[in-house]
Amino acid sequence: MNVTISNTSEKPIYQQIYEQISALILKGELESGYCLPPIRQAALELRVSVITVKKAWEELERTGLIHTVTGKGCFVADFTSGEMLETRDQLILKQLATDAAYYKSFGLTLEEVIELLKKVYD
Amino acid sequence: MMLALDIRNLHKKYTDFQIRDVSFQLEKGYIMGFIGANGAGKTTTIKSILNMIRIDSGEVYVFGKNMAEHETEVKQQIGCAFGDIDFYTRSRIKTVTDITKKFYKNWNEETYSDCLRRFKLDENKKIAELSTGMKVKYSLALALSHGAKLLILDEPTSGLDPVSRDDLLDLFQELIVDGEISILFSTHITSDLEKCADFITFIDNGQIVASAEKNEFMESYRLVSGSEAHLNEVKERLISYKVNSFGFTGLIRTEDFDPSSKLNASMPSLEEIMIYFAKKEGLYV
Repeated sequence: MNVTISNTSEKPIYQQIYEQISALILKGELESGYCLPPIRQAALELRVSVITVKKAWEELERTGLIHTVTGKGCFVADFTSGEMLETRDQLILKQLATDAAYYKSFGLTLEEVIELLKKVYD
Repeated sequence: MMLALDIRNLHKKYTDFQIRDVSFQLEKGYIMGFIGANGAGKTTTIKSILNMIRIDSGEVYVFGKNMAEHETEVKQQIGCAFGDIDFYTRSRIKTVTDITKKFYKNWNEETYSDCLRRFKLDENKKIAELSTGMKVKYSLALALSHGAKLLILDEPTSGLDPVSRDDLLDLFQELIVDGEISILFSTHITSDLEKCADFITFIDNGQIVASAEKNEFMESYRLVSGSEAHLNEVKERLISYKVNSFGFTGLIRTEDFDPSSKLNASMPSLEEIMIYFAKKEGLYV
């Protein structure tokens, strides 16, 4: 499992961990039933605080991406491909909303944004 | 939830300085960073906790036990390290250890030799020959060997180069991994805490400004900037601010900040929070 943390990013660290692990799950790189490392172990390895990892895991659980089995650990949840797409779209929309606010601050129209997006997309 | 450390309403008055109503709690199994500028009261607080100075009033509980009533017993569970204090500098490590272990009921020789090996400490070296980092590690070796569950470290990373600091922080995180050991460590090098600390307690001018989970603490402030014309709108709500030819930058409590205003707002670093508070006191201009 590959997670990279940036200390210079404006994003809180737990958010970075949450986003990267969600992406890994949604891309199918972490399969359902995969056992995430224990919170304290993950904190040590990622060099972040215990509470930071706890928050990231809680967020993953809230989104329904993982579930906790008391005494055993956190596992990647089982979901249908339909559910997976839905969660993926939710994540993408959240990111798009942030980006859209930025474009709007320059007064760009949707058409203008799409034109610009086309230039960088491939 | 078990509290490793529970400090209630400490007061200590000197002729030219005092700590007032210092209270905070550290949950078992976590790291708390104790921050503040030089002279803010960090060491006075730590010495009060350890009963190294006599407090005027207040109470200290370690794992639920009152320090004043059970000092000898409670101290079996505490390990401490002071970055800048030198003890018995001309003695060999071996000699200091032999004296130290007599005070502890649960001294574990095996743990001790493990620590020496792991920290690459040579028992025949004199204390004076140890580098700053090695001295801290030696204090930790003593603490771990007597089974300390609460580590109180005063500026353990000051005076260390970035590599040794990183090494030490790694060690702190390893120590708390099974949730048994708790660490309170004071520092003015806040970047050390941004990663590994779970909780932050911030002392300024002898009083606790905040004691909270680290992210919550940082999110409770905003660093705002804008043109000088905008300064008047927020001036009285700012903790302090700086003005230059590009405009102003100031620190504000998130609850006092109006998100619909045109000002730029970002999350401050621990260092920025400390700097703007110090500026408020007019200590630095």
